[in-house]
Amino acid sequence: MSFVSVRDVWQAYDGRSILERVNVEVEEGEFISIVGASGCGKSTFLRMLLAEEVPVRGAISIDGGAPAVEPGRERGVVFQRYSVFPHMTVRENIIAAEGFAKPSGWLFGSARKAARNRADAMLVRIGLNHVADQYPASLSGGMQQRLAIGQALTAKPRVLLLDEPFGALDPGTRLQMHDFLTELRAETGMTVFMVTHDLAEGFKLGDRVLVFDKVRWDPMDPGLHGATITYDFDARDGGVPFQHILDRYPSLAPEPVGKA
Amino acid sequence: MRIINHIPTRPTAVLLAALPFVAVLVAYAIGSEIRLAENPADKLLPAPAQIGATALRLFTEGDRRTGEILLWKDTWASLMRLLFGVGIAATVSLVLGMAIGLVPYVRRLMSGFVAVVSMVPPLALLPILFIVFGLGEVSKVVLIVIGITPIMTRDLAQRVLDIPKEQIVKAQTLGASSWVIVARVALPQVLPRLIANIRLSLGSAWLFLIAAEAVASDVGLGYRIFLVRRYLAMDVILTYVLWITALAFVIDWALKTISRRAFPWLEAGL
Ligand SMILES: Nc1ncnc2c1ncn2[C@@H]1O[C@H](COP(=O)(O)OP(=O)(O)OP(=O)(O)O)[C@@H](O)[C@H]1O
Ligand SMILES: [Mg+2]
Repeated sequence: MSFVSVRDVWQAYDGRSILERVNVEVEEGEFISIVGASGCGKSTFLRMLLAEEVPVRGAISIDGGAPAVEPGRERGVVFQRYSVFPHMTVRENIIAAEGFAKPSGWLFGSARKAARNRADAMLVRIGLNHVADQYPASLSGGMQQRLAIGQALTAKPRVLLLDEPFGALDPGTRLQMHDFLTELRAETGMTVFMVTHDLAEGFKLGDRVLVFDKVRWDPMDPGLHGATITYDFDARDGGVPFQHILDRYPSLAPEPVGKA
Repeated sequence: MRIINHIPTRPTAVLLAALPFVAVLVAYAIGSEIRLAENPADKLLPAPAQIGATALRLFTEGDRRTGEILLWKDTWASLMRLLFGVGIAATVSLVLGMAIGLVPYVRRLMSGFVAVVSMVPPLALLPILFIVFGLGEVSKVVLIVIGITPIMTRDLAQRVLDIPKEQIVKAQTLGASSWVIVARVALPQVLPRLIANIRLSLGSAWLFLIAAEAVASDVGLGYRIFLVRRYLAMDVILTYVLWITALAFVIDWALKTISRRAFPWLEAGL
């Protein structure tokens, strides 16, 4: 059984199919990029992974567990915008990732002090220690997204979901964010799903690139059928698959000529 | 250059701001002058100097019988009614608004009801309140509460609904319970709106207060104005009106200042 298992998932709003027969198996630690036309249901798929919505048919399970019915700590998320709390300072936003799980929503005493130290370490890690006491509104877009990622990671989710996290950033900042995300991933080995409109970004960061598209198309009613995963590219090794297959399966090597 | 692009310099701006006040004062002084020249016993537009003298007397001299200074007694009574009315309205609308905004079941239950209730003209209910609650303090406070709560509730509920869904989902992914989302995500972001709401509602609250006091009371700013109306004591009425205006202005200013101090994140920005 794979780590994230999506089995025959359908989603429809008001009787209109958005996604149909989505099946995908993801191993722990894989980075999955998701691409597709605007409005084809990528965010919908992510919302179901997040358990913000439940599919009308099929099931999604993580590590063999029962399908979740609401978002929780095992699935972290970063949206394109509005992912951090505007009324908390940068440091409080990170501490909140620990405090929110407490019954009162707050940490006290030595627990708070420890969380604060961890938060400061995280802020150094994401390069925001110099703005720890500022409010998110005074940060640039790239800094806000770094904060959102740092906040999500502080909760130590098993799966991280990113919905166009760098969509609103300029190309230079985007490149920095790629390096940042790659490093964080190497450190945490987390399973990541990332929706992007930038194919190059998807192939650069992803181990696999899933393409969502419609396979059935009714010319009289384009909205009738939903989209599904039409391609599942192996994006490792620069997108050239099977380069290292001999390392894993030496027996596949052709017999040296003339030896037989 | 377009008129929308003409921007006054600082001294001009101050002058412009003062102009309407000066104009009203001058117009009043002239009007009063003309009427008093025709009939020195005219009561309608007392001379500014006379209003000043009356104001001084009202603020400092006690009642002949009891020795109490009525103006302060009226002020205290009215402010208490206002405080209780607005305080109860703010509490109720905050609780209801948060519940409507965050809990789908409460939203289905209450939002239609609140929308309809907010259409009831509160002053039309005043007789009912007097019948039900008697002529004492309760009916006046209740009028204020009924008058401003529905609209405050609707606005606060909308404000909670306006919090981006992403934030609510994010909080859940951090393990927040419904209570924690209320206390740490929604409430802090709605409080500034509550204060803004109170500021907007205070105008109506004063209206309802003065109306209730005018109809049935034995103390209060509104009561006094309507009492001395019988003697055409314009100098007293005008003093009270100016005093109420000053009180309203100070309360508004205080709330604005509190809001700015208490919610520094509102003004954060690039
Ligand atoms: N809650 C909802 N109710 C009704 N329709 C919805 C809802 N959420 C999404 N949709 C519809 O589902 C379709 C897919 O939306 P979704 O946001 O998943 O697309 P997307 O692939 O993320 O698009 P984009 O690339 O623009 O972000 C759209 O046509 C949208 O209008
Ligand atoms: Mg989307």
